[in-house]
Amino acid sequence: MKLRNLFAVVMLSGVFSLLSAGLFVAMDAVDVAFTEAAVGAGISTVLMLGTLALTHQEEKPAQHSRALPFLVVFVTGAALLYGTADLPPFGSANTPVQQHVAPEYIERTPEEIDVPNIVTAVLASYRGYDTLGEVVVIFTAGIAVIVLLHGSSRPRRREEDEEAET
Amino acid sequence: MDHHFILRVVAKMLMPPIMLYALYVQFHGDFGPGGGFQAGVIFAVAFILYGLVFGLDSLRRVVPPAIVRAGIALGTLLYAGTGIYSFFKGKNYLDYSALADADNPVAGQHLGILLVEAGVGLTVASVMIAVFVAFAARAPEIKDTDW
Repeated sequence: MKLRNLFAVVMLSGVFSLLSAGLFVAMDAVDVAFTEAAVGAGISTVLMLGTLALTHQEEKPAQHSRALPFLVVFVTGAALLYGTADLPPFGSANTPVQQHVAPEYIERTPEEIDVPNIVTAVLASYRGYDTLGEVVVIFTAGIAVIVLLHGSSRPRRREEDEEAET
Repeated sequence: MDHHFILRVVAKMLMPPIMLYALYVQFHGDFGPGGGFQAGVIFAVAFILYGLVFGLDSLRRVVPPAIVRAGIALGTLLYAGTGIYSFFKGKNYLDYSALADADNPVAGQHLGILLVEAGVGLTVASVMIAVFVAFAARAPEIKDTDW
């Protein structure tokens, strides 16, 4: 299947994001599903559409050969599939992830933090330093977008072009 | 955007529930799924919807860019400041037990989580609005006849 209409591609990626949010719910990761639905399906789609308004709706036909990209995708996909063979079965209680610090968090949260949602306790308190890092990442990304895009709206640029021409 | 009467009315009706839901997600994060990240995004969606339907100039009047930019920094500052406060109270950085009396560390944890989640929500909402405005300001305004 080939799609050159980028509007359709953006919509399809939004649908894919919403579907994966449903998948996360089915895997009992409601917090992740929440974020995926809000950010992936919601905001990203709007921002992608905003980008489309700045560029074009149609993708330009590729000039180069498609053999190399196909090879890269094929090899990466094969490597990922090979990697899944080593994964522990889904929901297994004996995986290293479940035996490392998770039992300690579950045990200590009721007496130390006393919030019913252990995800929040881990995210905000036990791993507060990591979450601070995430906030700083969002902060930096926001500042970067403002610096790159602010104050260079199109009308003004046209005026500058006219000044340059005269 | 003078036509599209239904779109405008529905957008206006949806905005308060979206904001209320964002606040619910923000403050109910201790009990169920959700928290500052999700709440910030949902809160920003209300303003982005407003900007999409009523135009960028209306959005700029509702939330001036200076306030949005201040929000980005203030949220991060609130989070980091909570850590620095506990630092000066003689505990580790971001150890919220320092926020309450020594005999009641759990209350300090509750207050700390509330504060940092508020910081996260403020930063995320402000960044989302700022990014949307930055993108939308570059595109030429869509004329009513183009719809």
